[in-house]
Amino acid sequence: MIPEELLEHWEPVIGLEVHVQLATESKAFSPSAVKFGAPPNSLTDPVVLGMPGTLPAFNRRALELALRLGVATESKIRARARFARKHYFYPDQPKGYQISQYDEPLCEDGHLDLILAGEVRRVRLTRIHLEEDAGKNTHIGAFSHVDLNRAGVALVEVVSAPEMRSADEAAEFMRALHRLVRWLEISEADMEKGQLRCDANVSVRRRGEDRLGTRTELKNINSFRFVQNAIEHEIVRQVRLLDDGERIIQETRLWDSERGTSESMRSKETAEDYRYFPDPDLPPVVVDAVLMGGVLRSLPELPNQRFDRYLKLGLAADDARTLISERALAEYFDAAVKAHPGDQSGRMIANWLLTELLGALNADGKTIEETPMPAERLSEVLRLVEDGTISGKIGKEIFEESYRTGDAPSAIVERRGVQQISDEAALWEIVDQVVAANSRQAEAYASGKDGLFGFFVGQVMKATSGRANPVITSDLLHKRLGR
Amino acid sequence: MSGPTEWLSATETAQKIASGELTAARIVDNYLARITNVDRELGAYLAVDGDQARKAAAEIDRKRTAKEPLGPLGGVPVALKDVLVTKGLATTAGSKILEGWIPPYDAAVVERLRTAGAIVLGKVNCDEFAMGSSTERSAYKKTKNPWDTSRVPGGSSGGSSAAVAAGLCAASLGTDTGGSIRQPAAFCGCVGLKPTYGRVSRWGVVAFASSLDQVGPLTRTVRDAALVLEVIAGMDPRDSTSLDAPVPKYTDALTGDVKGLRVGIPHEYFEGTIDDEIRAAIDRTKAALVERGAVMVDISLPNTAHALPAYYIVAPAEASSNLARYDGIRFGKAASGAKNLLDLYLRSRGAGFGPEVKRRIMLGTYALRSGYYDAYYKKAQQIRTLIKRDFDQAFQHVDLVLTPTTPTAAFRFGSKSTPLDMYLADVFTLACNLAGLPGISVPCGLTVDGLPVGVQLMGRPLDEATLLRTGDVIEKAVGLGSRRPGGRS
Repeated sequence: MIPEELLEHWEPVIGLEVHVQLATESKAFSPSAVKFGAPPNSLTDPVVLGMPGTLPAFNRRALELALRLGVATESKIRARARFARKHYFYPDQPKGYQISQYDEPLCEDGHLDLILAGEVRRVRLTRIHLEEDAGKNTHIGAFSHVDLNRAGVALVEVVSAPEMRSADEAAEFMRALHRLVRWLEISEADMEKGQLRCDANVSVRRRGEDRLGTRTELKNINSFRFVQNAIEHEIVRQVRLLDDGERIIQETRLWDSERGTSESMRSKETAEDYRYFPDPDLPPVVVDAVLMGGVLRSLPELPNQRFDRYLKLGLAADDARTLISERALAEYFDAAVKAHPGDQSGRMIANWLLTELLGALNADGKTIEETPMPAERLSEVLRLVEDGTISGKIGKEIFEESYRTGDAPSAIVERRGVQQISDEAALWEIVDQVVAANSRQAEAYASGKDGLFGFFVGQVMKATSGRANPVITSDLLHKRLGR
Repeated sequence: MSGPTEWLSATETAQKIASGELTAARIVDNYLARITNVDRELGAYLAVDGDQARKAAAEIDRKRTAKEPLGPLGGVPVALKDVLVTKGLATTAGSKILEGWIPPYDAAVVERLRTAGAIVLGKVNCDEFAMGSSTERSAYKKTKNPWDTSRVPGGSSGGSSAAVAAGLCAASLGTDTGGSIRQPAAFCGCVGLKPTYGRVSRWGVVAFASSLDQVGPLTRTVRDAALVLEVIAGMDPRDSTSLDAPVPKYTDALTGDVKGLRVGIPHEYFEGTIDDEIRAAIDRTKAALVERGAVMVDISLPNTAHALPAYYIVAPAEASSNLARYDGIRFGKAASGAKNLLDLYLRSRGAGFGPEVKRRIMLGTYALRSGYYDAYYKKAQQIRTLIKRDFDQAFQHVDLVLTPTTPTAAFRFGSKSTPLDMYLADVFTLACNLAGLPGISVPCGLTVDGLPVGVQLMGRPLDEATLLRTGDVIEKAVGLGSRRPGGRS
């Protein structure tokens, strides 16, 4: 956390550039496969290697995936986008240029909605464009090794407007984007695998000032926590410099997560000129009605739409928010609601899903996708509880057994003979027996020892192995004990 | 058949092999022997692949015996400009920076030639990265014009034109970015066809300027050019700029009939300095066409004068980008003794590129600088649009446009002393590339010094057929007939 007094006079301004690896089977412009962890340089071909005479052929799948994100962020989508060449010399870029987009990007003017402290915060997206990834250099001793497996992999770069005001907000932006791209099934977005990468532009300015301060660009922040830590660190660094009367140098800084600090990588004042121009090997990317129709059809209900629907259904906002944190969770919930028309508000289902099922999955170290308990079975347990076949307490036992064994809840109930006893005549008999056997306690209760009521309920439950309907039981006990 | 086989056209060669009159083995042996005898003096070839050629010939002869189909170019020996990538055969693009590179794949046109039964004899010389108009810019050797060895064969496909003219192959493929097929064809008395941009796949063509480059045939006859184009044309998913249009049977277009054909004569092309003998040859060509029923129509292509400056922005800009990949690390030659990465780049590129290539990289880098893009590259692209519009308008009134291919016949080595002089040698051929149109150069006579003259025909997009039909008529009326360079045979 940043000490509050430090920001008394200074306002941080943060913009993010996030690279999202698209989940295509082959590379953006060539047939090589996309895989994580393959032996170095095993996923290459003459195009990836930039061999003379090779030409890029655009993978249309990448376009469809990028368009999903464009639609989901309500971006303006260009009917004719263009690829441009961005030139720089480095061994991770075999052609000497990266195929990217420049002044004619696929998407512009979108937004991403975050929920911060219970409030919706809309962050504008300047653009979303398609590009290819570079390879990876590793430096070991006197040698530099180049692995081009990642070179040419399809990415989208999502550029936010510089309008976030705190590291929390930036970290939440990353979480929201992570959630969205996974929700849309356009990326695995595993930060550890580099499928979601973030560069942050950070500046501070005097409160009340409109003009932006000099910014620095932070690189290598590849976890949600690092996004938070690196930006906080940079804000503090800049404010301290400015408070000391120094000025900020426009530069790129590399975050060192181990040491919790950043160091200057290169000064932007000697910045390279990328010499962008439209790639003559690639015709314009035409987005027509047919393509958009297919994209719209492929689009699932979006997280925010679903959040609203859940609120209308009757869920608490917190539960709704948890449910939309992951698409599989929301899908599970919807399937359970569908299988259990008795709980149209979904409250009971949400409750069981978020406490019982997630608790059990957590204990097993499993994700919702790996659940051994399908939604229909969870609904069945709930139905048995609701129609009075079993008590809620027994319900939890049935849930656990069904979760463990995979057996149908009704079969377990049958087998264990735990159906609830709701028959009044049968319960009268038991109540009579219990009261007769405990006449001393019955007298004590009659003389005002209210606390003993629970004792009688417990005795009835004990006599029925917990199967007595608790509502009817307490009703009968009241009648029998006279109060 | 007895006697020399090296002067047979590609069409005749294929026919005689198919009919069993000649074996592919004999044809290939004759060419290889002739290359040994003649090319030491001429310098057309950079690499000859005799073993592979003999093997391929044996395979053709086996197929013929087994009555298997030989393909439209079955047994026809070809030479490939060294910017065309050949699997297992060194490809240098005429540059030291690619020295020693053995490509792992074939260019699309090479695949198509091989599938059609053609036999690759070897790789022929060119200006480094196809940047030049005389083949003097090759980093490896000088190629001489077979008609007069004190003169250049043209360029950049000068190895192709010299080899075809001197009977060192039956046909050749070149590339044309601003005239590099048509101009050397004119200088050496061959037919040279630059197809419509996108007609032929650029996959495997070492890129010079991507929006202008196109592969095409250099041949001894128009019919051969039609035959080769039929083989190499067509959509290729690996080249996103290749056109998805059906490939007509171009050889069927050679009807010999030009009655009613409307031939546009753009006055802008005839206003500058053109040698009298060239003018005379063009006039004779026009007259021959008129005699056969064609109609000459005066037209205007007002933006012609802007073609040269626009070209010298677009082509170097794209070249500076396309040549960024040559760092000596993954292929070609890396400089030794580098102290760090930047030093490696500077040394490898400094030693690997020749002066003309460096000049164009600098021109192009300048034109693409941040803040200058609008003033240079973008403006040049706008000029292209205007030039294309000129042609579109002209083609509403005429079927094709006729001009000289070059303002002069082949010039002497070293006579174009400044780069600008050299650039001006292409003044008639640039517009065709900028507009993406098909163009052909067909021989239309000799000067008094015995140097060939070429006439250029430019047509509507994808209308190579009309160019070939007209070229065929010109060839028969005013072509070189049986005249061969230097009396050699």
